[in-house]
Amino acid sequence: MIRLEKRPQPSKTWTVATPILAVVLTMIFGGIMFGLIGTSPVEAIRTIFWDPLFHPQFANFSRPQLLVKAGPLILIAIGLSIGFRAGIWNIGAEGQYIMGAIVGAAAGLALYPMESALILPLMIVAGALGGWAWAMIPGLLKVKFGTNEILVSLMLVYVAENILASVSSGVLRNPEGMGFPGSRNLAQWSSSQNLDLIPGTGMHLGVLSAFIAVILAYVLLTRHIQGFNIRLSGQAPRAAKFAGVAPARIILFCLGMAGALAGMAGLFEVTGPAGQVSIDFGSGYGFTAIIVAFLGRLHPVGILLAGLLMALTYIGGELAQLMLGVPGASIQLFQGMLLFFLLGVDVLTNYRVRFGAGEVA
Amino acid sequence: MIRRTLLATAAAGLTLALGAPAMAQDDPTKACFVYVGPIGDGGWTYQHHQGALALQEEYGDAVEIAYQESVPEGADSERVITQMALSGCDIIFTTSFGYMDPTNNVAAKFPDVKFEHSTGYKREHPNVSTYNARFYEGRAVVGHIAGKMTETNKIGYIGSFPIPEVIMGINSYYHHAKLANPEVELVVTWAYTWFDPAKEADAARAMLDQGVDVITAHTDSTAPLAEIGKEDGSAWGFGQASDMAAFMTNEDGTPGPRIASIIDDWSPYYIKRVGQLMDGTYEQIDSWAGMPEGEVVIGEMNDAIPDDVKAEAEALIASIETGEYHPFTGPINKQDGSAWLAEGETAKDGTLLGMDFYIEGITGDIPN
Repeated sequence: MIRLEKRPQPSKTWTVATPILAVVLTMIFGGIMFGLIGTSPVEAIRTIFWDPLFHPQFANFSRPQLLVKAGPLILIAIGLSIGFRAGIWNIGAEGQYIMGAIVGAAAGLALYPMESALILPLMIVAGALGGWAWAMIPGLLKVKFGTNEILVSLMLVYVAENILASVSSGVLRNPEGMGFPGSRNLAQWSSSQNLDLIPGTGMHLGVLSAFIAVILAYVLLTRHIQGFNIRLSGQAPRAAKFAGVAPARIILFCLGMAGALAGMAGLFEVTGPAGQVSIDFGSGYGFTAIIVAFLGRLHPVGILLAGLLMALTYIGGELAQLMLGVPGASIQLFQGMLLFFLLGVDVLTNYRVRFGAGEVA
Repeated sequence: MIRRTLLATAAAGLTLALGAPAMAQDDPTKACFVYVGPIGDGGWTYQHHQGALALQEEYGDAVEIAYQESVPEGADSERVITQMALSGCDIIFTTSFGYMDPTNNVAAKFPDVKFEHSTGYKREHPNVSTYNARFYEGRAVVGHIAGKMTETNKIGYIGSFPIPEVIMGINSYYHHAKLANPEVELVVTWAYTWFDPAKEADAARAMLDQGVDVITAHTDSTAPLAEIGKEDGSAWGFGQASDMAAFMTNEDGTPGPRIASIIDDWSPYYIKRVGQLMDGTYEQIDSWAGMPEGEVVIGEMNDAIPDDVKAEAEALIASIETGEYHPFTGPINKQDGSAWLAEGETAKDGTLLGMDFYIEGITGDIPN
């Protein structure tokens, strides 16, 4: 008989060990899957995890790309993790990301073709405000009317996607684009372009901001009274109330912070790697960031590592498709396994596995 | 200014550092394909992949193909295209409009790799060509059939986005339906998607409920045909992008909702271009071929279409294939009644590629 016995305290060791165990299990079972579809498992795993970092032909290009891909994931996940710590479930980061990009891009395009070093900073502020405002909708509704922020923030993603389609083929459409949907290319306008700070490193402003966010979040959560209030609200809401923490302020702070960071991520993406507001701009970063936040155990440093790992599976997965000809769906399955195992082995953090006959309860 | 210089240096550095493997590549010629959907989508991507397979078949061991499916447009596609160039692809076909800027950006860094972008208009570097097909020629044929088949005199068009490509298709479809049946009225419904079975089915249902009984779609899924099929033989539709032959005959043997189809056949183009690359005659082009070259094909007509209409459609196909008939031949007026094409005059490619007006007789406005 195998029994699970609840631990009085979550295990510190397993908190650190479970993500690693999940990755190992994913490699094993993913390897079996690749074997079943006729690809060498060792080669597939090596292509996904090793080649993006060390392949002589690709690594010079794909190493910086890891940062480009991980940057928005980390930035959004940091914002989300603060809310998750407080028990505020913002599922709509994708919408906040899209709205940040739209508002920020609109602020810049209103000044086109003026050339000024102030335009990009203005756009960043506008992008953060756009994301913040979009997150305030579920925030205010929750505070005023007690609505469920999970549903409201998620539904607003679909609203944001429709606004995106509308502005791409309407007000923000490139007047020189021959009627095709999509804005002017912001990465090609020197006032708005968000390029690598050091060329060839992938280190654009968004990636830098993600690193800064990791540090600030760490300081906030471990050294600041607001961080303590947030953690307390999540772990013991009643105790938090007795301690004088106003739930409404925590809700608005957490949603606003997550929205602003997601909005900034959207702006950095639209002025850099993506280049334009287009119907397909929303590429799911807002949803993937939820996975990243949990993969990183809601801890800033964990999120940093999780974001890089997630980026690695994306880029490695692309290489595997290209070099080994594995189907795109198998890569998605592989990423799904990672999440599945992560959630599955989480049980070890909170429960102890006991072998042998159990006592009758 | 400093930023720009840095960018130029970076691009040059990248080329020097990374361009070499592509040049060192000898035989076989490697042709790579970037797809926007899964190869099993049954429409747009499926047809491009059929073209890639035909290319492989044609040249055998002399050509190696590689592809990547479901590549999102935007930042991800630029990385995928770069990785392809790094992996030694000699020619890269990017098969969706949204890959336009990424294709040109990557082309700047790999001057020795050839890039072919489908349905776009930007050729910013000498190694970028563009290709598209004259789908409006196919729309002319199905328009004629629609005009003859409708009982209610109401025909429908499911539009994806109000871009010149789609406007052109709407005008061609309506013009030929009207020539076949002067009483015909056109209903256009915008789905604002290229591929979303649920939305496409909703659009078809909305038109069927208004009494529309022949529908063509400018979206990629088979959902409209499935919806039309529920009318049990009182409404008809067409296969789009691929043949969609599964809807040609019902299980009981009666003619199915798909009475004909417009098939995109990219194989002649892929075989021609890779062949040119191998024999050294490759040049930058802006290709816009159609039925004469075999890139737009009308799929088999089923038995719901009476024999005389079939014969008329065959004659129309033949006249377009030989080049003796242009689907936009005057007299045609614009929607507001002003003259567009005089008697016998044919449309210029430039006008078609930027088409932003309906022709006379179509009601409603183009969105935006």
